[in-house]
Amino acid sequence: MKKVYVVDGARTPFLKAKSKPGAFSSGDLAVGCGRPLLERQAFSPMQFDEVIIGAAMPSADEANIGRVVSLRLGCGDKVPAWTVMRNCASGMQALDSAYMNILAGKSHLVLAGGTDAMSHAPLLFGPKMVNWLADWYGAKSFGQRAGVAVQFRLAYLAPVIAILKGLTDPIVKLTMGQTAEIVAKRFGITRQMMDAFAADSHLRVLAGRAAGHFNEIEPIIDANGHVYTEDDGVRTDSTPVRLAKLRPVFDKVYGNVTAGNSSQVTDGAALLILASEEAVLKHNLKPLGAIIDSQWSALDPSEMGLGPVHAITPMLLRNGMTLQNLDALEINEAFAAQALGCLAAWESDAYCQEKLGLDKAFGAIDREKFNVDGGAIAIGHPIGASGARVVLHALKTLQRTGGSRAAASLCIGGGQGGAMLLERA
Amino acid sequence: MQTWKHWRLEFSPEDSLAWLYFDKSYADQSETTNTFSSEALRELSAVCSELKARPPSGLAILSAKENGFAAGADIDEFTSFKTPDEAYAMTVLGNEVFDDIAALPFPTLALIHGFCMGGGTELALACCYRIMDDGPKSKMALPEVMIGIVPGWGGAKRMPVLIGAAQALDLMLTGRSVDGKKALRMGLVDAVTPRRHFINAAKTLLHKPPAPHQPAFKDAITNWPVIRGIIASQSRKQVAKRARQDHYPAPYAIIDLWENFGGDPRQVPRESPSSLFSLAAHPTTANLIRIFKLQDRMKALGGDGSGKSGGIQHVHVIGAGVMGGDIAAWCAMRGLKVTLQDLEHARIAPAIARAAALYKKRLKLPHLVQAAMDRLIPDVAGNGVAHCDLVIEAIVENADIKKTLYAAIEPRMRLGAILASNTSSIPLHELSVGLMRPECLVGIHFFNPVAQMMLVEIVEGAQTSAEVMKRAQAFVKKIDKLPLPVKSAPGFLVNRILTPYMTEAQIMLEEGIPAETIDAAAKEFGMPMGPIELADVVGLDVGLAVGTELHKPGNPQPKKIQELVAAKKLGKKSGEGFYNWIDGKAQKSHGSGTVDLAPLWMRMTLPAVNEAVACVREGIVADADLCDAGVIFGTGFAPHRGGPVQYLRSVGKEKLLAEMKVLEEKYGQRFTADTGWATI
Repeated sequence: MKKVYVVDGARTPFLKAKSKPGAFSSGDLAVGCGRPLLERQAFSPMQFDEVIIGAAMPSADEANIGRVVSLRLGCGDKVPAWTVMRNCASGMQALDSAYMNILAGKSHLVLAGGTDAMSHAPLLFGPKMVNWLADWYGAKSFGQRAGVAVQFRLAYLAPVIAILKGLTDPIVKLTMGQTAEIVAKRFGITRQMMDAFAADSHLRVLAGRAAGHFNEIEPIIDANGHVYTEDDGVRTDSTPVRLAKLRPVFDKVYGNVTAGNSSQVTDGAALLILASEEAVLKHNLKPLGAIIDSQWSALDPSEMGLGPVHAITPMLLRNGMTLQNLDALEINEAFAAQALGCLAAWESDAYCQEKLGLDKAFGAIDREKFNVDGGAIAIGHPIGASGARVVLHALKTLQRTGGSRAAASLCIGGGQGGAMLLERA
Repeated sequence: MQTWKHWRLEFSPEDSLAWLYFDKSYADQSETTNTFSSEALRELSAVCSELKARPPSGLAILSAKENGFAAGADIDEFTSFKTPDEAYAMTVLGNEVFDDIAALPFPTLALIHGFCMGGGTELALACCYRIMDDGPKSKMALPEVMIGIVPGWGGAKRMPVLIGAAQALDLMLTGRSVDGKKALRMGLVDAVTPRRHFINAAKTLLHKPPAPHQPAFKDAITNWPVIRGIIASQSRKQVAKRARQDHYPAPYAIIDLWENFGGDPRQVPRESPSSLFSLAAHPTTANLIRIFKLQDRMKALGGDGSGKSGGIQHVHVIGAGVMGGDIAAWCAMRGLKVTLQDLEHARIAPAIARAAALYKKRLKLPHLVQAAMDRLIPDVAGNGVAHCDLVIEAIVENADIKKTLYAAIEPRMRLGAILASNTSSIPLHELSVGLMRPECLVGIHFFNPVAQMMLVEIVEGAQTSAEVMKRAQAFVKKIDKLPLPVKSAPGFLVNRILTPYMTEAQIMLEEGIPAETIDAAAKEFGMPMGPIELADVVGLDVGLAVGTELHKPGNPQPKKIQELVAAKKLGKKSGEGFYNWIDGKAQKSHGSGTVDLAPLWMRMTLPAVNEAVACVREGIVADADLCDAGVIFGTGFAPHRGGPVQYLRSVGKEKLLAEMKVLEEKYGQRFTADTGWATI
């Protein structure tokens, strides 16, 4: 099979959403990491065959944000660009679409990745307010207007928070956190285990940062001259003891999933450059690695967190590999319960037999190879960008450690899993 | 269709509308701009006769030129007049023709796109209606005041009636331009639409002509007798804050023309100071017109106006300090891709913040601000070096550090890319030592604050190739600055001439003359800001460095500035210098007193004039005209006096030499006349 190379990649610092919209829009973030990425290439941005951007919640004024980003990055009028949406795996979907088009020989050089400014998620009017407004604009005479006016209720102004809608499964009516509670229950994952995992995630990021493992981050500057250089959701004080004090936020009072052992609501973008062998030769590129396979799988939406198990397992099997053959594994930490659930599922004979059709448990992975530099609990999870982040960081890890193969995967709200198999150049 | 040399008249048979295209010398392809020569005016008069003989149902006047409606009077013809009577005759002609337009017995409409200046605006005002393009390039103005004259073809008469005197005087006294949106809000135009809809808009309006625009009551009353007097006196007070009547008579003449003569210059008695004869005889007018034309000459140094940028699309700026950062921001605002390099992002961040503020103020529209911000790329890694067409180095003024940097970046630069230094003092041949391509090194010297200072010195080292000089000049024109080629010698032109003036002012301060008095004297001469205050604004550290660099052996060196810099009192930026600074304002303790200021400004300005003479003699600039233009646009040197050389010529060489002699005897060699006085 033809190879699809990852030439280079960059991401912004992931910026935790505060109470107000952050300094950067989705487009700003993608441009922020894309400009230094493109500036260090030997070819011109106008030589891309296409630009593909994953975005789960672009703002209303960034319709087809892929095209917005492409033009803002100076790719010129003639480079087509599009936007993909697959919830939490939108960034990975962008990479996979680029991968497929390169495999098909339709494209040779593609800019792909994802972006989301979750702090910019809009507040919406509820249906009652929308109906009232329609009546108001429809009213012609003063009398009609007066009639509509008296029907107004202050309660109509209560906003619908778009981000909460987006993070609730519309079919099973569970929040993403509740699906994590279900996975925890299935595998007996306790609150202590979740908090310990979360604390470890922060420690791993801090250690990785100190060791210089995050050189894919490009600092960004806002219009007020503030510089953002690092993921700002990472905490030095996230100990199990402190995490234990937090209240559960999804299944309130009696649940186990807290804000502290969940991924953070974050703004961020990650972009990669994918190239065919032909393009690598033509522009004399030095690839970071290659994508050698990809897989999408689906499962019960109420256990969406186990999606990576369903995506990675068949992908490894058809390549004649097991978890032990991986030198690095990046699974997006949507929730500690969900990440631990994936590991538990692979180690469970019953689950692997029932759900994956295997004879026995698929096996265990060395914790030192799994999310070696921490994950979304500490770094944050800008849903459009995370898929591109895990692929980029897995490749960076191979480059650093000299390992040969890695996998990157995410669980996807709605009950899916996406995965990519990667190798070092 | 009927054609004249500058006009084309078409009738649309289906609705009997007439379409009059202004297309100056359209037989000549190189004529891209409409201006009113007396020939064009006389032809327009013939068009009027034709229209009166065959009256259409309505007339639309529009421009066939891409760049705009009309740029005003033909300045070359205007300046070729030998006597004031010729200028006056042209004024009468313009008034008569535009009065003819205004008297046409059918609805008339001006369709305005691009620039509409002076006479263009006055023609539009003579029509019943005006429709303007809504783009950012469409601008309307009455800028006559900038060259020392009045809007004399009916502008001063019709605009106050149309939109009220307060708004009209504001436009006429500042010369500033308004875009379509603003013009509509002011009542200056009746509608705003993209140019692509002009024909449809004209038909819609002329088929069913509405009542012509009437000013709101509050605007209308500004023309009533008593209120008119109040407004005139308020306007005079406003103008007095910015310009003295003996230096700049035109704004005062505009107020007088409107208040007492109905805005019609034909009504003004010849001997009145507001008459065209008086203005034409005033030296300021000739000086301002000369500067206006020199500005055009400098623009022409940037190429033929075909919009070529010397092949420069991507600029890489190294050093994100005040100068480097602001140069980068300016270039990105003018459409170039800019990578801005410094040691870390934190050093680049203040430049990004300043750029954001500049774009918000200048570009206004959020999508334009975003596009400019996107073009300005922080580049700590210095990746831009390998792609750019031009590197502008703006790092610390140290030849060794600069040379080390050049050695590192030159091998990475593309062949044909230009290496430019923003150095204000280091000779280029010194910086070129060790370069592989010394012919590609040029000085591109901006002035602080970059966004306000029009002038950019293009410094030619002995090793700089003519091609690189040409491309550097084209680049500077492309970013809407005025390029001035200068030879590489310490201080180049502007700093070299400014320094002896600043130094003398500081010596006077140390002799005990109050700073306020010195500054007042300079302003009486016509400087926009006094030298002591200016030193604080520029930064005493910067001033000291330049002063030391350019110090000539045997001349005294001011001490106070050294003490202040040593005490970290650097002027406005540190809150204390020669003055204390509160909220960006110098705290002046007392007025200038009652002393005679003339000897003070004579003593300060003569060293500058003497240095200007030396620069011309040494060929630092091509000629005395460019010397004056450089000093005016680089320092604000008394524009109404026309620059140092023009000042010398108008006062008289002998008189100034005599003054020099007296000062030389009193203060020593720094007042010794340069040998160039003999030939200037």
